[in-house]
Amino acid sequence: MKKALLLVFLSVFLTKTYAQEYFPVNESVHNKNKNYTVLTNAVIYVTPTQKIEKASLLIQDGKVVAVGNSITIPKNAISIDLAGKTIYPSFIDIYTTFGIEKPKGNMTPGRNRNPLYDTKKTGYYWNESVRPEVNGYEAFKYDQPKADEFLKAGFGVVGTHMPDGIAQGSGALVALNSTENSRQIIANKLTNHFAFTKSALTNQAYPTSLMGMMALLRQMYLDLDWYKKGNSETRDLSLEALANNEKLVQIFASEDKLNSLRASKIAKEFGLNYVLKGSGNEFERIEEIKATNAKFIIPISFPHAYDVSNPYLSNQIELADMRFWNQAPTNLKVLSENGIVFALTTDKLKKIDDFKPNLLKAVKYGFDKTKALEALTTIPAAILGKSNEVGSLKVGSYANFIITSGDYFDEKTVLYENWVLGNKFVVNDMTTKDIRGNYDLTIGKDLYKWKIDGTAEAQKSEVTTADSKKLKSTFAISKNWISLVIKPEDTIKSNFTRLTGLAESTPNLSGKAVLSNGEEVSWNAVKTSAFVAVKDTTKAEKPNAVMPVTYPNIAFGENKKLTAQTILFKNATVWTNEKEGILTETDVLIKNGKIAAVGKNLSDGSATVIDAKGKHITSGIIDEHSHIAISKGVNESGHNSTAEVTIQDVVNSEDINIYRDLAGGVTISQLLHGSANPIGGRSAIVKWKWGQSPEEMLYKNQPKFIKFALGENVKQANWGIDNPTRFPQTRMGVEQVFTDYFQLAKEYDESWKKFNSSKKGKAPRVDLELQTLAEILNKERFITCHSYVESEILMLMNVAEKFNFRVNTFTHILEGYKVADKMKQHGVGASTFSDWWAYKFEVNDAIPYNGPIMHNEGLVVAYNSDDAEMSRRLNQEAAKAVKYGNVSEEDAWKFVTLNPAKLLHIDDKVGSLKVGKDADVVLWSENPLSIYAKAEKTIIEGVVYFDIEKDAQKQQAINKERNILIGQMLQEKNKGNSTQTPTRKEKKEYHCDTLEQF
Amino acid sequence: MTHKNIYKLLLLFCASMQLSAQQIPAPKQSKSVLILNATAHLGNGTVIQNSAIGFKDGKLTLVADATTIRLADNAYDTTIDASGKHVYPGFISPNSTLGLVEIDAVKSSDDEEEIGSINPNVRSIIAYNSESKVVETVRPNGVLVAQVTPRGGRISGTSSIVQLDAWSWSDAIMKENDGIHLNFPSSFKRSGTWFEPGVIEPNKDYPKQAEEVNAFFVNAKAYNQDTPKERNIVLEAAKGLFDGTQILYIHAEEEKQIVDAIELAVKNSIKRIVIVGGFEAHKASDILLKYNVGVLLRRVHDMPTSDDQDVNLPYKMAKILTDKGILVGLENSGDHERMSVRNLPFLAGTCAAFGMDKEKAVQLITSNTAKLLGIDSLCGTLETGKDATLFISEGDALDMRTNKLTMAFIQGRNINLDTFQNKLNTKFKAKYNQK
Repeated sequence: MKKALLLVFLSVFLTKTYAQEYFPVNESVHNKNKNYTVLTNAVIYVTPTQKIEKASLLIQDGKVVAVGNSITIPKNAISIDLAGKTIYPSFIDIYTTFGIEKPKGNMTPGRNRNPLYDTKKTGYYWNESVRPEVNGYEAFKYDQPKADEFLKAGFGVVGTHMPDGIAQGSGALVALNSTENSRQIIANKLTNHFAFTKSALTNQAYPTSLMGMMALLRQMYLDLDWYKKGNSETRDLSLEALANNEKLVQIFASEDKLNSLRASKIAKEFGLNYVLKGSGNEFERIEEIKATNAKFIIPISFPHAYDVSNPYLSNQIELADMRFWNQAPTNLKVLSENGIVFALTTDKLKKIDDFKPNLLKAVKYGFDKTKALEALTTIPAAILGKSNEVGSLKVGSYANFIITSGDYFDEKTVLYENWVLGNKFVVNDMTTKDIRGNYDLTIGKDLYKWKIDGTAEAQKSEVTTADSKKLKSTFAISKNWISLVIKPEDTIKSNFTRLTGLAESTPNLSGKAVLSNGEEVSWNAVKTSAFVAVKDTTKAEKPNAVMPVTYPNIAFGENKKLTAQTILFKNATVWTNEKEGILTETDVLIKNGKIAAVGKNLSDGSATVIDAKGKHITSGIIDEHSHIAISKGVNESGHNSTAEVTIQDVVNSEDINIYRDLAGGVTISQLLHGSANPIGGRSAIVKWKWGQSPEEMLYKNQPKFIKFALGENVKQANWGIDNPTRFPQTRMGVEQVFTDYFQLAKEYDESWKKFNSSKKGKAPRVDLELQTLAEILNKERFITCHSYVESEILMLMNVAEKFNFRVNTFTHILEGYKVADKMKQHGVGASTFSDWWAYKFEVNDAIPYNGPIMHNEGLVVAYNSDDAEMSRRLNQEAAKAVKYGNVSEEDAWKFVTLNPAKLLHIDDKVGSLKVGKDADVVLWSENPLSIYAKAEKTIIEGVVYFDIEKDAQKQQAINKERNILIGQMLQEKNKGNSTQTPTRKEKKEYHCDTLEQF
Repeated sequence: MTHKNIYKLLLLFCASMQLSAQQIPAPKQSKSVLILNATAHLGNGTVIQNSAIGFKDGKLTLVADATTIRLADNAYDTTIDASGKHVYPGFISPNSTLGLVEIDAVKSSDDEEEIGSINPNVRSIIAYNSESKVVETVRPNGVLVAQVTPRGGRISGTSSIVQLDAWSWSDAIMKENDGIHLNFPSSFKRSGTWFEPGVIEPNKDYPKQAEEVNAFFVNAKAYNQDTPKERNIVLEAAKGLFDGTQILYIHAEEEKQIVDAIELAVKNSIKRIVIVGGFEAHKASDILLKYNVGVLLRRVHDMPTSDDQDVNLPYKMAKILTDKGILVGLENSGDHERMSVRNLPFLAGTCAAFGMDKEKAVQLITSNTAKLLGIDSLCGTLETGKDATLFISEGDALDMRTNKLTMAFIQGRNINLDTFQNKLNTKFKAKYNQK
């Protein structure tokens, strides 16, 4: 009893609110506690790699004073014996929003078709999603319930920030310590946050796309540099804040493996060091993730298995999703084995309670325990530059530590206490007396049997009558106070018997009981036998067999990145696209990624020989106008000119449509920006190297292109807006947009040229948009322009001629046949559809003879897809030139190969079967223009990316793997683990006019 | 009239065409016609290499091997030598919205979808624009018959079947009110929005929605047992489903939808059922075969519905279903569906590319569709007694390189294969010849 009182007293004493020393004291007298606390006989992890047995930890005033085996303990030290227990430094979660409420806002992105275009705010940056002036700590309010959750999981300090916008402002580091308000905030501005998310507080349209966000970030950094040099005539509080925060830890929430690569690309361009907050799918592109050289913050949430008990529903789940469930627990292991430095975060966990089970799961899947501890302590501390204060128990650090019953990574280990700044938070009371055993219980005159078992922290009791009838009862032990309520056998009756008692040091127990009639009697329990722990016979659950990662990690992915082969095709019909025309019974040798020879009777000892008799060989199909494999938005529709954005930023190497295109003989596509605005974004010319990363897919040294657009889409004709606010709304306005921007670009270019030659005065502001447009004026960048009717076609050519350049390509160009002569005069090419019409008013005069007429008038004509499905049948589309226009088969085939290569200015390397050109080759089952033709092999630079036989094997492998995974998930359900309803992510297929906002 | 005269007539049409945007419908067949020596694809799987195809008064009178029959010199008024060419029955486009919408993006030209959920009484035929510019562009590729089908709601309405050369909708009718179109509830639903797609997950409302469909049929059946004094035009419109004069077209892609919908229809004594869409029909083949239900298969030129599927599954589906013994026709609904009706032959061609026998592929857009639509006594094959709705192509009509029509006949009428597109072609070729 005395001890109990002392403990109560101590804890009150310890948790007394501290005040800072210069604060006046009016509520009492000055009472500063400079006593020491020493925790003795514990296993202490000073750091994850420095473990001391039977050690003591001496703390004072919230800090570590000494730690070790033979430390001097001052006399005024309160000693706590922790024999058999373990002390770890408390954990750190850098990435939370603890105590900060995310603004809800009422802006529903995407739904608003008439958004704000130009900001009405003054004094801040022109884009309202750039909010570096926000300071998280200003919105911070200690959230006690949430803090308790973190404390229970072992966390001592957390980073927190305002999760809103693209530049989100500064974050703070706070201690989970409610007793000392003055010491909660360890650092108020420690981190600086970025993300690919728009602010919820604005309905400003720009940016509507991921590529727009990337362009915005670049422009922001350029503007920052310009502003810092004192070039601005007005003040910009956002840029000033950004400048002030430059020294902080820069954290970028990329939230996805490819987005991490994208953020890292920006970091490299601007010499920044982002700590990347990932998502858990890093293992799927580990090589590229490693190459970023960035430090990471990684969530530890894993998907639940799908409930596959209903086969009909389980058919809906895609292999990639099942596989992700299977492989996700290995992410930390893979990251760690690849030497990537990362901290762990509870972000994305549904509840913080899941933290430890998930961490143990990761360990079970091979994540090293020491690395796990480091990722929770020393690494986050180092990332924050706070290694001397948090993350370890070195002398001088904050006294932030947890006390456990043993090895943290043992499932049964109990977390007793979490001390933060020397203040104790009890998770599980370690002072609870262990009274487990079998007793003979006597209450008054009645005899019972009483069994107390369970764990020492959670003791359970069972009361039976002398004749072994089990009685209902509730039992509790708090420290050493016992309470027991024995319920009546008959539930209608209310004859409860209530017992209380204090466990002393003797093995027997006693106390007072109140009978159902209110009579108070004494009770005692005589221990008849000691508690014997039942040996745990359940075997440790084995981890599931982990499926191999493929590139990309979806169905039809490759187990490893493919390599080039030497192949000799014998006796094929060869469509050279050169002056030799179509050759029969001819051999083609590809070697070192190039076309090595085309001729009769070729041989090469190192080559795999393929009998191609009766088959046809062509160069790969080139799709001049495609929108597949693009992440998060094909249109940046937030401005009427968006020359600053580029599709090269958002190539999505994980899209199944890449493989489908390969199956249709497509080797190269130009991924175009959409047609929502007159001046769209820059293009990406890609080679469909299935399995490679986005960067590897980009055509090397590619010519620069940009998408322009005319007509109904850019004038928002079919948007259903009542009161439009964005210029232009007519074809008349479209001309003015071009004239305006080219004039601006011209002046911009002149000011830079002047500055560069004289190096006098202030450098002009770098404007990515005008810079891009100036490239057009300087003939360094080509325009592919979406166009339909003759008036607008003439208009753009006139505008170009006024500014002394030429439009490179008109795409769609469905009325090109009306002005083919003028196009020829201007020198523009045409990439069109074979037979599309009637979907909009402006395509009312579109005719399937368009391509042939333009071709006959001497224009370079290509047929393109603008459609994920049609792109895999472009050979059929080319054949329509034969049908409608009697174009020769040889010329028609060039519509989808050599001609688009010419339009893209890549015909020096691709587009025909000429010795020395890239080995981008397709083997067809028959004449490729025949509807009956199938691509049997699609080869890029000597690598076979599609093979019809391998494709059949892959289909079988997919079914097999699905079955294995379904088996694993069924087992998961049998084990009683949580499952989720089968769902499938809906994929979006982009066309020119696909608008979205995310 | 010799075929020279026919060409003269055609020229005359061309001249008169200058006056109107659309082609002048051909007059009733007055002279009999004999097409000789073409490779005839009868549409029932049979090919006659040197054929003799004759027709009088709009009906086929002769389908034979030219090398084995003898004909009197004057047996037919006009003889067309089609040596080296191919003859096919007119292709049929089921589940189309031809003539209901002129330009997709122009709302005022759109008459395909009524509001409300249960609209069996809504009839597409009265909105069919026989002068649609889109209609004339599908004929030169061999599509001569179409089912004009309303869209939207749970029960979209009643379709009709038309031939594609007529002065008005009433003249176009081959079969009025041939069937009622039910969009069966989906067992899955899509969450998210058009701009931010979410996930496809089980539709919790499915049982309720399916029961609503059932309730309608139960009521319609009860109502149509009698002739109630208080008429209900909605319930009355479904009468034909119960007496077997109309087909119930069930638009459904998913296995569960197909099974549940057929069970529901059979339980309600609906006599004739066709599945429209049916991408998972191969998984429901047992019930399809049990009740002899055929499938108008979803557009072949489409994407697989999951990343895991064979990338060419849509191209192979017709064969998969046919091999299971299911009667399959091809439909073409979806994006740009009207203008791409002219690519119907190439949908069949793609099926042939991916394993289907070429003549069976022809059946997918001729006899099979005719059977599924219940018009096989009128068209779909080249057999005597049927309508002389056919065309002559320079080559294989399923391959775009050789799908080049020289003549087409609808009910024996020699139709004009010109289009406004052709006219623009001629006009602008003339422009460049002026140089």
